Amino acid sequence: MSQYYQKEIETMPQEQIRALQSEKLVRQVRHVYDHVPYYRDLMDKKGVKPSDIHGIEDLSKLPFLSKSDLRETYPYGMLAVPLSDCVRIHSTSGTTGKRVIAYYTQHDIDLWEDCCARAIVAAGGTKEDVVQVCYGYGLFTGGSGLHGGSHKLGSLTLPMSSGNTDRQIQFMMDLRSTILCCTPSYAAYLGESLKERGYKPEDNALRAGIFGAEPWTEEMRRDIETSLGIKAYDIYGLTETSGPGVAFECEEQHGMHINEDHFIAEIIDPDTGEVLPEGEKGELVFTSLDKEAFPLLRYRTRDICVLSRKPCSCGRTHVRMSKPMGRSDDMMIIRGVNVFPSQIEAVLLNEGYAPNYLIEVDRVKNTDTLDVYVELAPEQFSDTVGAISAREKALADAIKTMLGINPKVHLVAPRTIARSEGKAVRVVDKRKLHD
Amino acid sequence: MTIEQLTVFVENKQGRLSKITNLLAAEKIDLRALSIADTQEFGILRLIVNDAARALEVLRENGMLVQITEVLCVKLPDRPGALSEVLEALDGEGINVEYLYAFLSQATPDAAYDVVRVADNAAAAAVLKKAKLA
Repeated sequence: MSQYYQKEIETMPQEQIRALQSEKLVRQVRHVYDHVPYYRDLMDKKGVKPSDIHGIEDLSKLPFLSKSDLRETYPYGMLAVPLSDCVRIHSTSGTTGKRVIAYYTQHDIDLWEDCCARAIVAAGGTKEDVVQVCYGYGLFTGGSGLHGGSHKLGSLTLPMSSGNTDRQIQFMMDLRSTILCCTPSYAAYLGESLKERGYKPEDNALRAGIFGAEPWTEEMRRDIETSLGIKAYDIYGLTETSGPGVAFECEEQHGMHINEDHFIAEIIDPDTGEVLPEGEKGELVFTSLDKEAFPLLRYRTRDICVLSRKPCSCGRTHVRMSKPMGRSDDMMIIRGVNVFPSQIEAVLLNEGYAPNYLIEVDRVKNTDTLDVYVELAPEQFSDTVGAISAREKALADAIKTMLGINPKVHLVAPRTIARSEGKAVRVVDKRKLHD
Repeated sequence: MTIEQLTVFVENKQGRLSKITNLLAAEKIDLRALSIADTQEFGILRLIVNDAARALEVLRENGMLVQITEVLCVKLPDRPGALSEVLEALDGEGINVEYLYAFLSQATPDAAYDVVRVADNAAAAAVLKKAKLA
C-alpha cells in the first residue's frame, strides 16, 4: 500500500497537472521578466514577451539558460526578489569562477523540503522513523534538503553530516536508525565497514536508504541492498533547481518521479536545442514553476536521460525520469563533487606545469579515485627523490584546495602523455556508472 | 673534486632502463658508475660516464628528461672505516648528504671513489680538505 506525503498533488491526473503547470508557468515567466533583467534581455532578444506565454504549449518559445549564464550573473544577477526576502543560500561544489549560488526565500525552502519529504515517504518513511542524514551539511544542498524533509515529516532526524564512519556506525546502532540518506558510494562504504566490524545486515535497524548526488548503477544498488539489508532509493536534484528532491524513486524503483507541480521537465537534443518527444534520450531541461528567489526558466542540466509518462503502480502520476545516462558536457562527479577538467588544468597552469595531463577516474571498493598524470618539464626535474615527491605533494595539495577532494598526482617524463590530433583526450573514466 | 653526473628520470615501466643503456651503448659511451633511486612511481637514474656532454645530448634527442648535476667525488683509500671518516667529518660540520654511491676504478686498484651529493659542493670540499680527507 503506497503512502504519500501530499496525496492529492502526487496522484493528480495528468491533465490536471498540465493545467496547474500552465497556470504557474504564466506567473513564473512574468515574475522572472519583471525582476531578472538578464533573462528579460534574453527574452527581448528572442522577441518573446510574457504575454506570449499562455501555457506549457508555449514553453519552447523561451530561451534556454545554462550554467555559464549563472556564472556570468554571479553573485546576484539571477536573484528575483530583494535580498532581504532571502533566508538562505546554497552553492554548487564548484570553485573560483565556477561557483553558482542559489538563493531561497522561506517559501522556496518550504517547497524544497516538501519535495524531500515526498521522497522520504516514497521510501516508506513516516514520523516514526529515525532518519540518519550523512550527506554533507553546509553549502552543499544534500544535508539540508533531506534534513528539512525529515523534519517536515516529523521523523527523528540525525544531522550526522558526512564522514567519521565510526561515529556514523555508533549512532546507527545505538539510536536504531531506520532510514539512511547519503551518497551511494558512502552507503556502500558503510556496508563494508559494518561487515569489517563483524555486523551482519540484520543487526542494523535500517529499512531504506535514499541515495543521490552521484551516478550509480543497478549493480551497486543490489550490493548496497544486500550489505545493509535495506531497499535503496535513488533521488535526483541540483543546486540550481533547489537541491535533492526534484525527482525521487518510489517502491517500483523504476525511474524517478519528477515533482511536476514545481518543475516542468523537457528533453532536448543537446546540439540543436530541439524538444524531443517522450521516450527519446536527450538532455534534461528544467523550468521552475513557483520559486521566488531563484527561478530558472528552461535551465539545461547537461544530464542525459529519458522521460516516461507510463502509469506507475505506486499511484503517482508525475512523469518519471531515468537515471542520468551521461552528460552533454565534460563534467564528472567524483565522490559527490562536480569536477570539470578545466579546473584541474587551471591548477596545473597556476603551478607552472604545461597543460599536458591525463585525468584518470576509477572506483575502487566503491570509492572514487582521482589520478592526475602531469608531464614534468626539464627545469622542474631534480636529481633527488625528495624534491620530486615534494612537487607531487604540492600539486596534489593545490588540486585538493581547488576541488575539495584528494587526487593522486603522478609526475611523468615529457612527451609521454599521448598527444592527439584535434580534441585531446584529457579524461579517462574507468568507472561503470551507467548500466 | 667535483664531477659531472648524468641524472635521468625513469618511469617505472618495463624497458625504460634498457632503452637508456642501449642509446648510450650505441654512442660508445662508457658507464663508470650507476645508482638508481626508486619510488613506486618513478626512478632517478644517476650515471657517471666518460662523456657526460655527449650522453646528455643523445638522451635529450631521444626525449629523455635528463640533466647534468655537479657532484662531489671523493677518492678514498680502500680500507675499512675510510667512508665513515668522511661522513663523520661532514656530519660534524652539519653538512647533510642527500645520497651517495661508490665505484672502483682499474686505474687505481688501491682506492675507491665516492660520489657524494650535498647542497654545497665547495663547503663540503673545504671540510674534507681541512680534515685531510681529500
